[in-house]
Formats: sequence, structure tokens, C-alpha cells
Amino acid sequence: MKQGTAHITANICNKFGNDRTRLMDIAIAVQERFGCVSHEAMEEIARAVGTQRVEVESLVTFYSFLSVKPQGKVVIRLCSDIVDWMKGYSEVAEAMARELGITMGETTPDGAITLTDTPCIGMSDQAPAALVNSVVVTHLTPERGRQLVRDLRRHLDPQQLVTMVGNGNNEHPLVRSMVRNNIRMRGPVHFAPFEPGKALLKAFELAPSDVISEIKESKLRGRGGAGFPTALKWELAANTPGEKRYVICNADEGEPGTFKDRVLLTECAEQLLEGMTIAGYAVGSDTGIIYLRAEYRYLMPYLQSKIEGRLKQGFLGRGILGKKGFNFDIRIQLGAGAYICGEETALISSCEGLRGDPKNRPPFPPQEGYLKRPTIVNNVETLCCVSRILLEGAKWFASIGSANTTGTKVLSISGDCRKPGVYEVPFGITTRELIELSEAENVGSLLIGGPCRQMIGQVRLDGQICYDDLATGGAIIIFNGARNKLEIAEHYLDFFIDESCGHCTPCRVGLTLLKNLVHKVISGTGEPADLDRMRDLSNFIINMSRCGLGQAAPNPVLGALEIFGDASGGFVAERKPGLLPEFDLSKAVIDAELRVGRQSKYV
Amino acid sequence: MSRISFTIDGVTVQAIKGQSILKAADAAGIYIPRLCAYRDLVPHGSCRVCSVKVNGRIQAACVQTVIEGAVVENNTPELEEYRSNIIDMLFVEGNHFCMFCEKSGFCELQALAYRFGIAVPKYQFLYPKREIDMSHPHVYVDHNRCILCGRCVQASQSMDSKNVFQFIGRGIRKRLQVNGDSLAKTDLKVTDEAVSVCPVGALVRKRVGYETPVGLRRYDEAPIGDDIEPGKGDR
Repeated sequence: MKQGTAHITANICNKFGNDRTRLMDIAIAVQERFGCVSHEAMEEIARAVGTQRVEVESLVTFYSFLSVKPQGKVVIRLCSDIVDWMKGYSEVAEAMARELGITMGETTPDGAITLTDTPCIGMSDQAPAALVNSVVVTHLTPERGRQLVRDLRRHLDPQQLVTMVGNGNNEHPLVRSMVRNNIRMRGPVHFAPFEPGKALLKAFELAPSDVISEIKESKLRGRGGAGFPTALKWELAANTPGEKRYVICNADEGEPGTFKDRVLLTECAEQLLEGMTIAGYAVGSDTGIIYLRAEYRYLMPYLQSKIEGRLKQGFLGRGILGKKGFNFDIRIQLGAGAYICGEETALISSCEGLRGDPKNRPPFPPQEGYLKRPTIVNNVETLCCVSRILLEGAKWFASIGSANTTGTKVLSISGDCRKPGVYEVPFGITTRELIELSEAENVGSLLIGGPCRQMIGQVRLDGQICYDDLATGGAIIIFNGARNKLEIAEHYLDFFIDESCGHCTPCRVGLTLLKNLVHKVISGTGEPADLDRMRDLSNFIINMSRCGLGQAAPNPVLGALEIFGDASGGFVAERKPGLLPEFDLSKAVIDAELRVGRQSKYV
Repeated sequence: MSRISFTIDGVTVQAIKGQSILKAADAAGIYIPRLCAYRDLVPHGSCRVCSVKVNGRIQAACVQTVIEGAVVENNTPELEEYRSNIIDMLFVEGNHFCMFCEKSGFCELQALAYRFGIAVPKYQFLYPKREIDMSHPHVYVDHNRCILCGRCVQASQSMDSKNVFQFIGRGIRKRLQVNGDSLAKTDLKVTDEAVSVCPVGALVRKRVGYETPVGLRRYDEAPIGDDIEPGKGDR
């Protein structure tokens, strides 16, 4: 390692206090400076923070935005989510690759540009989209893809690609992004006017335990999708003895097809920061962390300025709004490309400067979380709800929605519909109504996202969006009748295979085996018994996996099988006994011929 | 130490508060199959072989602590099938050729397969391409046989006071990695506990293979688990 680079790496470590728990920030900064975290850099980092090279390597190789091998000065990450794929991903990918003269995953020989793909970047309402370093480009076409490459070759400055800015705060000088909000329906919780500081003053009129009671009365449940009662989580943390507690905002929105937190972060930042502060007051915490997914890095300077603004106004910092003894500060922890970090214990691992492996439970985070302290992890939307509940009262909030699921839900609707975007709707709304609102026609199936990730067909269109029926973290993806449901399931399996942390056997190995089975059936060599094998394997993975990823990953497969019923979509046929239908003799012979370099005259 | 009681397949078991179900079962002479869990190492909870049903919910017995009055199911057809599936999966995930392996007869994965009556895995082999690191004078790493149990990672830290191993990558591409360009560049000693805790033939001492004649190897004598619950594992 050159003296200069070693020096710069050491300086970066120093900037983060040579703190082992800030390894994420250090690795991200080194990656941005040098285009990789080389083994030499790992050694330098390990020395500075007092660990071993293999520990740094373990972290770097976990996150997809970090790399050991050098990447281009500009990295184009084309979103390969299923919605982008439906909107022309393949053509755009081919056009860009051809223009660059490389294939997907490669870097141009001059080391300037890397082209790669990445799972959902939270832009399904304006797909196909891509990240160019941290700049978002949307509504791509092959021609625009080619032009983008030509422009980049000229200036290598992603920011110059933004010639037209989106609406709302996307126009803000610290955002300046072409992203559009696409807010199609404004509800009373998130998109009503919000005056900073007012909800905080209301909270201060109450004792911390009464704030929790207020949240309890509102029946607020976690908006990430699992629907855990927020007040219960807070109560557990507040009642766990300890000198320090933490409030973490989960802004690692990675569920394919979900983009509502993107809009909330852009338009409701004050409401979110205030919600976190109220949470801090309620549970007795002085430190908040926003875990911001790497894909939303373009929002970081703006959010940082909002935090600084609130510090100046006295809404954050020491003795907030004159309340003696209540101090609260917020820092932003950037992610580095790992869907699993949306799982709260994995998110905590990541904040601690570790691989994003989920932790064994118990203990649960409110008992023992970040740095082994009581920690509450709440979704962006949940924390925004908190501010509104304090403003308008628990009764008001509980009067909206359905009996067991109060309030509104911000949904991200995308796919085969005319009006993709963000909809704030009262809980209890039916899928049929959503289809009408989003102007979707010829609907074949819907994917209701969130930890349950159900695929439902025509028969269940009267299902209600609420925790007792169709629970969702916010993603609704609409597929028209012509889409192949098993192909959709295979697409999601590929995603989960890439994003599995690999810790437990059922998820790590089972998903690959399940994908191979699904692929066998799609390619026309399946037999009826394969459908049973798919069901058995899916149930095994769901029952035996350690965390929510594995426990939910096979659901699209089960959903597709359920929609098919016994008809199985004509995919499988009875085979002669004793033959392996997936074995293609002529292909095997061709493979062998290629290897030996001569042809057989018998085939 | 407060004592609590719960049942495993209907048998009442006494345990110490905070103890894992696995440890409590061991003490009571009830064998729950396991692979990554090892003596006093902090349970890794990764293989999931020790999955049991606790009040109807599947939990890893190595991680889940005992609960007063809990109903634990261990030997049920469903769990037996699930455990057998995991062992199958570990076989097809790597490249395990028992007939050539120095660990044969001492291998816990192989012994579990025998205990579960697995002759041939029911899943298709993935045949991954994996590396072998022969650089160290006395120990070699064969990644073909590594089942990612994490024993060596932790033993190196907690028992050897080193940091020789860690995992890199994620998902199906997750691998064991050594702290350096090769095993020879690390401070691993042949006498390290990290080497001896490997349940399979992934970390192997050189020049001592096949010393024990077939028939006298550890699991030739008695099936795995027999030391905890004698006479139950013979199939």
C-alpha cells in the first residue's frame, strides 16, 4: 500500500474515533475514496480500530455496495427488481452494456465505469431506474441509457445527469433529484400540514409513561409490516433497567416494490425527527439513530440539514424546549446494500459495525439491543404516526381504520397499473378498491408485500388491508393476467437467495434448492411430484429458518401454487419411470464435445 | 440458582433458570440431535438441527432458554423429517466424499446421517467449486467439507485467544476465511482448539489421517448421541 493511501485510510479511521463499532462508516468512506476496500486497506483499518483483517473482510464482503476489488470511478447500478423487469430492464441493460462495451458486472478497461445490477432501489413507481453512484435516474429507456453512458464518458459526474428535478422537496438544493413523489392520495396522518415542535410540546405536558399510554390507546402497530404494538415495545424498553437506551429509526426500506418511506423521508422529515424525539422522551433515551439504506443516500445531506436545523431551534440537543434533563440527539447511520438489515436485529448488528447477520433471540432488542442496551427499532412511518397521535390525540387516531388496525397506511402501488405511486389510505380498504384507485386492468394477481408477502389471485380481491387479513409493510405490486406467476416466484427467489445472510441452513441452502425446482418446472421438465416437493420444501424453509427472511421467502411460490390449484398451469407432465426429465442428453453431449474439442457422429 | 421444570416429549425435566433447552436435556439424559452447538461455546444457532417445538413453536434448542412449564417436543415425525432435511442439505451444499475423508468415522455430519438413516440425499447435489488451502505445514482447510458451523471461528477467539477464522460473503456464497492471504500466514498452531472442534473434515491435521482402523472409529462403536442417551440411536 502506498504511503499516501495508508495515510488517508488512517485519517478516515481517525475521523470516526478509531471506533470498532463505526466500521460501517469507515468502510463506506474508504470505498468512496478508493473505489474498493482492498486487503491492504483492511489491514490498515484493522490496525487503527484494534481488530483483525478478517473481521474487516467479513464486513466488507457482506454488503453489496462495498467491494474488495476496484470498481469504476462511476458505478451504475441498474435496478433489476421485477417491476423494472416488467418495464423494460432487459432492453435498457443490453443497451447500456453494449454502449459501454462490457457485460453486466464488469468495469470498463480504463477503470472509469462499472455496470452492475441491484435489487429494488425504491423507485418502482418510476421504473426502470438506476443509481449512478448515489444519483437516481428514473424512467430509463434504451435510448436514454445509451445517452447516459455517453454523457458519463464525457464528464464522469453523475450529478450532471440531473437535468430536470422532481417535485416537492426533490427540488430542494440539498436533494436536487429527478425523483418524483407520485403522491396519489393524501391522508390525514402523514400528508396533513405539520408544524415542527407542537407535538413535542404536547408530549412534554405528559409524563413519559403517559406518552406510552397515549400510544397504547391509539392502538398503533408497527408499520414495517409485522404489526407489533408500538407501545408494548416502548414499555419493555422503558422498564428494562439501564443507564442508556437507544431509539433507532428503520429507514432501510428494502422490501421489493416498497417506496413509501422514500416519500416520507423526503416530505415528512420534521414529523419523523419529532416522532423519534418523542420516543426518546417516552423510553428515556438520549440518542437516536436513523439507519438509512444506501440506495437513499441522495437524501442524506437534506436529512442532516434537518437535524441541524432542529438543533438550532432547540427541538434537539440539550434541555429540549427548556425541558430540563431531557437531551436527545440523532445521527444517521448509512447502510451499504443489504436487504436483511431491514430485520431489526440485523440492523442493530450493522449499526454496531458488524455483518448484517440477525442476532439470536431472545434477548429481544427492547431488553438488549444496540451495544447491548435496551433499544427500540421503529419504522419511518410508525414514528411519523407518533407525532400525529400526540398532536391529534389517541382517540382521533383510533377512530380511523378498522377495528383492530387503527390509523392509515401509506401504500406503495406499482406494476401493471396506470397510476403507480404512494397512497395514504385508511386501514380496512379492500384490494379491489386499490385496483380501481390505481387504474389497473386485467389484474391476474397481486403481491401484497411485507413480511408475509402473499400472492393473491382473483378469488381474494375482497381481502382487506389490515393486520387481521392482508398485513403489509406497504408494497402492493399488480400483475396482469398475462404474467407467469411461477416466473414471478422465481424472480423473488433469486432476490432472496442473493439477500440471505447465509447463517442458517434452511434459508441458505433451501432457497437455492427451491429455486432449482421452480426453474425445472418453468423450463418444462417438471413432473407432478415436483409441485409437492415445492410445497414441502417451502413449508420446511418457512418453519425452520431463523429470521423473517427465510420464514417468508417461499410465500410467492406457495401463492403461485395456490392460484394454479391442481391445474398447475400445464407446467408439469407425468414422466416415464426411471428417467430424469431434467437431464437433457443432447445438451450434455454438446457440453462434452465442447470440452474435448470434437463432435460425435452419433447425435 | 432457581430451578424450574418443563417437559420433553412428556418427560418432566428439571433445569436451571437461564439454561438452554439443549443443555437441560443433556443433563437429563435426553438426546436432542445437534451439529453446530459444541460444549461451552456460545451457541451459534445456525445449523438448526436441534430444532424442537416449544409450546407449539419451532425453536433452536441450543439458543432457546428453558421456560417454566413449557411443553417441548423432540422426537416427532415432523421434526425428524426436518432435521433429516437439514443434514441432506449440508451434504448437497458442499462436496462430501466420506469414503476418502480422513474424518470418516469421526465426522459428526456423517454420524448424524447414519443415525437418521440417510443413505443418499434426497436433494440434488449443487457441486460447488471450492478451494483447498494446503499452505500451513501441519493443518489444511478443505472448503468442500465446511458446513459453516462457526465452531472454529469462536474457538479461535474464546479458547485460543486468537482470531484466525471468520465468515465472508453472504447467502449461498458464504465461506470460511482465514486472517491473512493463506492459512500459513496466520498464527494458527496445530494444537489450537479451533482445529480440534471441527465437526467435519474441513480443518484437518496433516499426516495423522486414517490412523484408526475401520471398526474402531468413534462412531463405529456407538451412534452419535449415545453418550447422552444410550441405546436409542441404533438403527
